[in-house]
Amino acid sequence: MRIGLDVGSTTIKCVVMDDNENIIYKSYERHFSHIVESTKKVLDEVIGEFGDREAYISISGSAGMGMAQKCGIPFVQEVFATRVAAGKYTPDADVIIELGGEDAKIIFLSRGMEVRMNGSCAGGTGAFIDQMAALLGVSAGELDALAEGSEKVYTVASRCGVFAKTDIQPLLNQGAQKCDIAASIFYAVVNQTIGGLAQGRPIKGNVVYLGGPITFLPQLKKAFDKTLGLTGVCPDNSLYFVASGAALYSDEKLLLSDAAQKLSGYDGDAGFSFNEPLFASREEYDSFVARHEKNKVERGELCDSTCPVHIGVDAGSTTVKCAVIDGDGRLLSSSYQSNSGNPVPQVRKFLQKLYNDFPDIHIASVTTTGYGEEIIKKAFNADFGIVETVAHFTAARKFMPDVDFVIDIGGQDMKCFQIKDGVITNIFLNEACSSGCGSFLQTFAEALGYSVEEFSQLGLFAPAPVELGSRCTVFMNSSIKQAQKDGATTDNISAGLSISVVKNALYKVIRAQDPRQLGRHIVVQGGTFMNKAVLRAFEKELDTEVAAPDIAGLMGAYGAALYGMGKGLEKSSVINKKALDEFVHEVKTIRCGACENNCRLTVNTFSGGGKYISGNRCERTVTNKKTDEALNIYKRKHALLDAYKPCSGERGTIGIPMGLNMYETYPFWYTLFTRLGFGVVRSPRSDRKLYLEGQSTIPSDTVCFPAKLMHGHVAELCKTDNVDAVFYPCMTYNIDEDKGDNHYNCPVVAYYPEVIAASMKDTLSEKKFIYDYVGIDKNKHFPRKFTDILAKYFDGITYKEVKAAAKDAYDEYDSYLRRVREIGAEIIEKARERNMLIIVLAGRPYHIDDEVCHGIDTLVAGFNTAVISEDSISHLTEKFKAGVLNQWTYHSRLYCAAKYVCTQPDMQLVQLVSFGCGVDAITTDEVRSILEKGGKIYTQVKIDEITNLGAVKIRLRSLLAAIGY
Amino acid sequence: MAKHKDSDKVEFTKEMKKQGYNILVPMMAPVHFKMIEKAFRENGYNLILLHNSSRAVVEEGLKYVHNDTCYPALLVIGQMIDALNSGNYDVNRTALMITQTGGGCRASNYIHLLRKALKKAGYPQVPVISLNISGLERSEGFKLTPKIGISFMAGIVYGDVLMLLHNQTRSYEVNPGESQALVDAWTDKIVAQLSNGRGWRMNDVKANLAAITADFAKIPVERTPKVKVGIVGEIYVKYSSLGNNNLEDFLISEGCEICVPGIMGFALFKVDNRLEDIKLYGGKWLKKVVVTALMNYLTKLEDVIVEAVRKYPQFTPPARYAHIKKLVDGFIGYGNKMGEGWLLTAEMVELVDSGFENIVCTQPFGCLPNHICAKGMISKIRDSYKNSNIVPIDYDPSASPVNQENRIKLMLAVAKERLNAVKAETEREAATAR
Repeated sequence: MRIGLDVGSTTIKCVVMDDNENIIYKSYERHFSHIVESTKKVLDEVIGEFGDREAYISISGSAGMGMAQKCGIPFVQEVFATRVAAGKYTPDADVIIELGGEDAKIIFLSRGMEVRMNGSCAGGTGAFIDQMAALLGVSAGELDALAEGSEKVYTVASRCGVFAKTDIQPLLNQGAQKCDIAASIFYAVVNQTIGGLAQGRPIKGNVVYLGGPITFLPQLKKAFDKTLGLTGVCPDNSLYFVASGAALYSDEKLLLSDAAQKLSGYDGDAGFSFNEPLFASREEYDSFVARHEKNKVERGELCDSTCPVHIGVDAGSTTVKCAVIDGDGRLLSSSYQSNSGNPVPQVRKFLQKLYNDFPDIHIASVTTTGYGEEIIKKAFNADFGIVETVAHFTAARKFMPDVDFVIDIGGQDMKCFQIKDGVITNIFLNEACSSGCGSFLQTFAEALGYSVEEFSQLGLFAPAPVELGSRCTVFMNSSIKQAQKDGATTDNISAGLSISVVKNALYKVIRAQDPRQLGRHIVVQGGTFMNKAVLRAFEKELDTEVAAPDIAGLMGAYGAALYGMGKGLEKSSVINKKALDEFVHEVKTIRCGACENNCRLTVNTFSGGGKYISGNRCERTVTNKKTDEALNIYKRKHALLDAYKPCSGERGTIGIPMGLNMYETYPFWYTLFTRLGFGVVRSPRSDRKLYLEGQSTIPSDTVCFPAKLMHGHVAELCKTDNVDAVFYPCMTYNIDEDKGDNHYNCPVVAYYPEVIAASMKDTLSEKKFIYDYVGIDKNKHFPRKFTDILAKYFDGITYKEVKAAAKDAYDEYDSYLRRVREIGAEIIEKARERNMLIIVLAGRPYHIDDEVCHGIDTLVAGFNTAVISEDSISHLTEKFKAGVLNQWTYHSRLYCAAKYVCTQPDMQLVQLVSFGCGVDAITTDEVRSILEKGGKIYTQVKIDEITNLGAVKIRLRSLLAAIGY
Repeated sequence: MAKHKDSDKVEFTKEMKKQGYNILVPMMAPVHFKMIEKAFRENGYNLILLHNSSRAVVEEGLKYVHNDTCYPALLVIGQMIDALNSGNYDVNRTALMITQTGGGCRASNYIHLLRKALKKAGYPQVPVISLNISGLERSEGFKLTPKIGISFMAGIVYGDVLMLLHNQTRSYEVNPGESQALVDAWTDKIVAQLSNGRGWRMNDVKANLAAITADFAKIPVERTPKVKVGIVGEIYVKYSSLGNNNLEDFLISEGCEICVPGIMGFALFKVDNRLEDIKLYGGKWLKKVVVTALMNYLTKLEDVIVEAVRKYPQFTPPARYAHIKKLVDGFIGYGNKMGEGWLLTAEMVELVDSGFENIVCTQPFGCLPNHICAKGMISKIRDSYKNSNIVPIDYDPSASPVNQENRIKLMLAVAKERLNAVKAETEREAATAR
């Protein structure tokens, strides 16, 4: 007899075979993280079925690894086990794609066996689908049924689950159809699997799908088939391949009762590191609770005769909060509920109830805030809409007038601000990739089979809270797996999670090391602080006492209501009872087409005549007004580059991929090659399609998005017939502008051509690919060196020719930079004439790329601001000593621009940062510190494959609100 | 910077040197560093190599270093702050030392991140010394004399040889622990020699290497076929067990023979880069002369290592720098010099070429140069060497060992299967021959 056990991240599978390797028994169940007990139980069942005897046995699966070793039961790595099983059951398979609870694997069988597993930062698989289903308020099976009826697919980030979630959330809040979102989720999983794992190797031939998600979700399989352009098979027993492989591979016989015995003796190796308990004693807990009970906001009673009331609605990422206050700011009534993917019906219900209970109520104002601010405002014709930061700040100040630091942790967001003399002086918001927030606790609680309240309660008296790190959800998943493997109990995991939420806020978002930095009067709010374990962990970590209002979760709504109250309206415009009862909400999608962004718009229409459009990057669809592109340098730079028209030449045509540093060196190369008698063409402007074109050849899924785009550009050039050679040189050094200590390019900009050469050689097979190392910083040596390089690819180009061409090229490069600066100066002048705020949208030259910038420039300009770039003002500052080694040319410009902004009262700086940009880990801190020293507020916008413009808007509006623009 | 004085910087002064300030140094490769520690101590600097490695190191790092910065920065700075916190050192009589290569990756910025961290952690008075050969930063009280340089390189030579022989012996030794004991004994012996002013000159090095190789050759071994695994990667996580979650021990416990290319190659690479720069972009002849002389000196040290190891047929000497540089031609350009640059690709190619087809390629999560010279080159290597079996592993404060070990195990499963196939083939051939 042969027995294989597959202990995965969520389920445990068992297969028993007879001596002829026929499967005679199998079982499949969820283990709810009780790994050892469940394994033993499964084994006991096998003994019950077949009696105790000797059998070949082995364990496979990520969660079974440590346990198998400690118990002396043979272990087989799961991908390997799959391969063994495939050899028996699907011998003609070319490629196997297996999705598990938390892992994704691709196995190439024919033409050179190769196995691939997702890296540490690509966790969106089965668990990801479950999370997304929960977000939509359905089961995974229902999600599949929904997807079947989809009409279109939204682009959802496929880099990792956390990103995807931040893309889906706003879609939900904007009223996109659930069926379309469901399908989009499946396509995101497919893109992630293929993009992350194929790495340039084509998936073709007989494809076999394995694992729970693909087996149970036919629409997911369909999405794979469609994307790959083939029809794969999902064999019988697709769930049991790993277990079967483990059974087949086993070469060691054990007595089953012995194995079971060993398992019951195993209790983990308790090797995890842990923190101090949250509460040492019951007394400590009681005094903590007593102290916090004093933090109450003033209440009043709601009745028909209550004179004008003000209503605040906070439509957050996961919950909808409403607050009703009287003219003195006393809280009269409130509600707090999950938004189940659409906040509109929840708010309607709340208002209906209010009208029913108090028919004569006099509503003086309704103010909305949160992710759903605009849709709610339009749906019910509310009076005001304000950005969340303002709402939270207003509430906190009412609660504690001398507050100097507010920390708000909600379901999805973390917002912190520092206040000096009643004015916000510093804003900290979490990034997509550190969303250790409320929904995160909830997800884990549910995964372990608890409600979030029960779960956090468990942690209060845990003796040894597990140290889980403070990175993103995906990492946290595997840390928890590890802790469970080491035998950590649920109470310790619960407490550990609360601590990690706090550490995330303090060290990743605020980057504070010392409570004194935060000030003396700290208010903590947001639903997450309703959780006593988190509140306690926070005080412990900071070693100080903070005030958590009893309505911590309601503060956004409360603040919104207070804001409305301050406006002094007589009567709110909110729709009346009758209109509310007859309320209808319709959604349709259209393409905008008013500009090259070609936004896909979701149009919500409401019975009252209100209309809410989302998905737009500019206000044009809403206001029918175009922003003045003359005051947006991002648009004007494109025009500058367009002046270098594609041309032909007698020596052949050079194709240049338009990405990364080419955005700045293009004028140089264009001039150089045309003077030498070459024609020059460049790849088209980036779009989603172009990116997907090259996606499958990207070898490193954690490299920055601008680099990933290069694959698409090169692929496009290779499809252009008249291109003879693709030119994309390696450049260790950039031009020395004498603003820093050195003039490097970052490693990715410098050497990405090497990656293109290595991973796209099939695509490039028809073209010459010139990716030699050149140094344009040394203009004396350049002509000689470049003549040698050209001689490798073309005959008869003389040094004299190159020298003359190079001179023109350097002149053209200088003149291009000069024009950029002149445009900058012109925009500044015009903006000042019109009294407009000037925003320095600071990044790198390649951030003007449409796919990199995602229209953020237009969005910024839409706030009636002028947009300039770092390279248009960096020359206005003298060289100065930065607090870091200032060795990259592009980054030196950032420091100079920041320094300059500090001297200009009508300028603010917003830094664009690519996810995965290691260099920006250094520049962001430095730019922030330069700005803070100059009394400016630092604003950072993280950009990636997809960018959630909602999050960008919040940042910009917060900045504008703080400076009173 | 050498160019303009930095007013913010606390300088390590001559006075501090005279007062015998502690100079704390973070741990990387223990064998090498122990000897280097001694070499500095013999030259008037009270160098102290840090051994603290508890979770507090990571915690302090997370607290004081931007969390998106690479893992080595976090660990190195965390280790130093944890040491200052420990109370073992008078923080008013302690300095820190950190290397700075001046390359285009983030590593050259560690020193600035360290200074920022010191300020935040309440140790603004602690001076930081930059150890570099590029003239990036100087301290009044610290001078890299030729004697220190030579002793430093002797430490690298000893470390490389001990590491090499240890790795070639430990998986086959009859008496478990014997080769480790020998490494420890020799480390002590050389440290003792250094205390007496000996052991660092070329002749001493040669004599010691002869004795070391002879001692290792005496260890009884049983050479059964084992899975051979090479370890390459970003220099810190490659060597540091704190950085790579005890990767070497894990591989040994899985029954592998490991090969970790030495630090000498890295030293040669960093010097040679300057010559390549001149070749690619042009430069001054004087610079070329100086760098060539340095290159020749290092090559001579490399000769010494190879000569010593070659005497014993059971040992494989390390691949020569010139050889691996030639091997990597066609894979990646010599201009790729940031971080480990083309050397990393070259080490992988050399390992595969010499029978170490299975490789763990270590890097900090998000390591910029490794997108290119490590992960970016794996498929190209596979095109030329069908049997290469390379797994890239990311290290990070929150990446769990379970995840990493699972991926390494996958690589090992493939390797073991191949080894078994080879074994079966050999047996079959032997049977047919009979």
